[in-house]
Amino acid sequence: MGRTFVGMPPFPTAARTALADTRLRHNLAHATGTIRAKRATVVAEVEDWEDLRGQAAAVKDATLARLDEHLLTLEASLTARGATVHWARDAAEACAVVAEVARTHGVDEVVKVKSMATQEIGLNDALAAQGIAAWETDLAELIVQLGDDLPSHILVPAIHRGRAEVRDIFRTRMAAAGRPAPTDLTDDPAELAGAARLHLREKFLRARMAVSGANFAVAETGTLVVVESEGNGRMCLTLPEVLVSVVGLEKVVPTFADLDLFLRLLPRSSTGERMNPYTSTWSGVTPGDGPQEVHVVLLDNGRTRALADPVGRPTLRCIRCSACLNVCPVYERVGGHAYGSVYPGPIGAVLNPMLRGVGTDPVTDSLPYASTLCGACGDVCPVAIDLPGLLVHERIRVVDAHRADPRPKPEALAMRAAAWALGDARRMSLAERASGLAGRAWRGRGMPGGRRALSWLPFPGSRWTGARDLPVPPAESFRAWWRRTGRDEGTGR
Amino acid sequence: MRVAVMATCLGDAMFPEAPRATVRLLRRLGVEVEVPEAQTCCGQPMVNTGYLDEAVPLVRRTVEAFEGFDAVVVPSGSCAGSVRHQHRLVAERAGDPAVADGVARLVPRAHELSELLVDVLGVTDVGASFPHRVTYHPTCHSLRMLRVGDRPLRLLREVRGIDLVELPRADECCGFGGTFAVKNAEVSVAMGADKARHVRETGAEVLVAGDASCLMHVGGLLSRQRAGVRTMHLAEVLASTADDPAGRA
Ligand code: SF4
Repeated sequence: MGRTFVGMPPFPTAARTALADTRLRHNLAHATGTIRAKRATVVAEVEDWEDLRGQAAAVKDATLARLDEHLLTLEASLTARGATVHWARDAAEACAVVAEVARTHGVDEVVKVKSMATQEIGLNDALAAQGIAAWETDLAELIVQLGDDLPSHILVPAIHRGRAEVRDIFRTRMAAAGRPAPTDLTDDPAELAGAARLHLREKFLRARMAVSGANFAVAETGTLVVVESEGNGRMCLTLPEVLVSVVGLEKVVPTFADLDLFLRLLPRSSTGERMNPYTSTWSGVTPGDGPQEVHVVLLDNGRTRALADPVGRPTLRCIRCSACLNVCPVYERVGGHAYGSVYPGPIGAVLNPMLRGVGTDPVTDSLPYASTLCGACGDVCPVAIDLPGLLVHERIRVVDAHRADPRPKPEALAMRAAAWALGDARRMSLAERASGLAGRAWRGRGMPGGRRALSWLPFPGSRWTGARDLPVPPAESFRAWWRRTGRDEGTGR
Repeated sequence: MRVAVMATCLGDAMFPEAPRATVRLLRRLGVEVEVPEAQTCCGQPMVNTGYLDEAVPLVRRTVEAFEGFDAVVVPSGSCAGSVRHQHRLVAERAGDPAVADGVARLVPRAHELSELLVDVLGVTDVGASFPHRVTYHPTCHSLRMLRVGDRPLRLLREVRGIDLVELPRADECCGFGGTFAVKNAEVSVAMGADKARHVRETGAEVLVAGDASCLMHVGGLLSRQRAGVRTMHLAEVLASTADDPAGRA
């Protein structure tokens, strides 16, 4: 069994650990900085980028508004083209379908195209439990798998690893999984890719069954689309006899023409390329060409829960480009593991609570707070998801879910107290007089600008003063000044 | 034109220099300034932490306090953003048409300071003088919620004697984030440390921004580092003149 996110601490604790990992900080700052710059350059080339975002959002919204119909159309088109459609309510049902297909064909290994949906449902572990090995064939996903690690990014699951670490993983772990890495392997990227290519080729040629996800599923034609950069997807989708694709319900687009829009937005947003190297499309079974048995598992796993929330629904527009991760200043500093999910970053902070529900799991409840609400994510999202707005929405849901708790959290009590103190100008003025008096008595060091510094406060104030000074409260509040002198016309000193 | 100043709770209780400077500046520009004394807090800290019920009385009070003025000036990008983009949500929760109507009347009249100056009053040269080396941090909510664009910079460029230096990676968040600063204090400080580093790289003597909250965070770090950089609100710089320079107590 590989490592899982189960049992990880809530975000603030996990983030603290991550922040202290200097190699992680360095790798992430370098990788996200590079991809951010690439994206900015290629997006700036598209004059009507904002228009495209608006159109894509509109297509997704219209599709989601009638998702049931589009899904039935998709099922009919797929079936007509010789694919078998399965509906899975949750992870267990989806994994069971894949395992059953594998058993029917008597295979003990499958090759996998990188797929978020199969990571989400923990497919590899579920298959392993049945004695079926699932080989990841995407380079970054292979690095994660060989390192018995967890993905930390939607697009580049091994973004937290540097070249030297990748070399070590290949040298020490590849042999147990198949063809070993050359003993003189260096950390030259071309050499590393070469080692992975040879290691994987053996698996591509041997495997009789493949598992994929899909970036898009076209309802009218029953076409699934996989967008990738390495050609490993193309190998998986064409060589094996049996292909199972696990597809989230929200991946459906109504028509083939709709793809045009999304295939323009996705590569520029995700890898910062004008066009991705490999786009594979397939519609059911083509006799004598490619897999002769094609299954499609349509996965709910909480998506209908998100669909039912009119405010949260736009989250399902997400095309998993990862642009929001790359610009997120929080993600850049802590990486993906701190989010305790295969969906990290701003989208993960919104999507996980939506898929899993809030109010029961402290890890999930901590995620919407893993953001300063700076809004950088919302600005880059190619399908114009209002991520900062949705982060607030999820926070509201978390708080509401805990309103009936028999013992309210200290934060809830503090918020109630603050709302009371601020609820009336007289009360606020009294509080200001008290803090002003306390401030006058304080003999702190002077700060630049003349105020004196509070450099130490007891918990929970220590959460602030641990690293930051705070000016002592002013002797006179603004409202007191206004009463004393400001009201009078003049310069109002 | 009667303009009401929304001091914001932080400006009122902790950083009175900012609303005071706003009053001075607007009076110098010939504006009739009022400070409704019933005002307290716009409710942003509650909304942004998810406490919508708790924000209801604060939003109610805010809309009542600012009823009837031609314009409301907010020397804070995030509080102006809260009024414009979040008060409707709170009004919905309140389920009270009076609050909803009040919000609908307040939203179009609420302007962040640089918006009021540039868009409503039509000035960029406010006659200020501030002979210091300054760098400007554009704060996320001004930038991405209100989209004030380069208005603050246009105002600053006209200030006499100012030596305005560009802040590297200016549009990146400083890490304050309201309750984020204590709920995720370590990440907040990590972000703030990078912002403080960029500020120091400019060699500026003063860091200017349109939000006292972000300045409290970055300024707190700079002070702890003994960096020799002070923070000032945009209003203070714009209110400063040769005869009445900013920085006086
Ligand atoms: S939320 Fe938007 S930016 Fe983030 S991964 Fe999804 S589509 Fe990309």
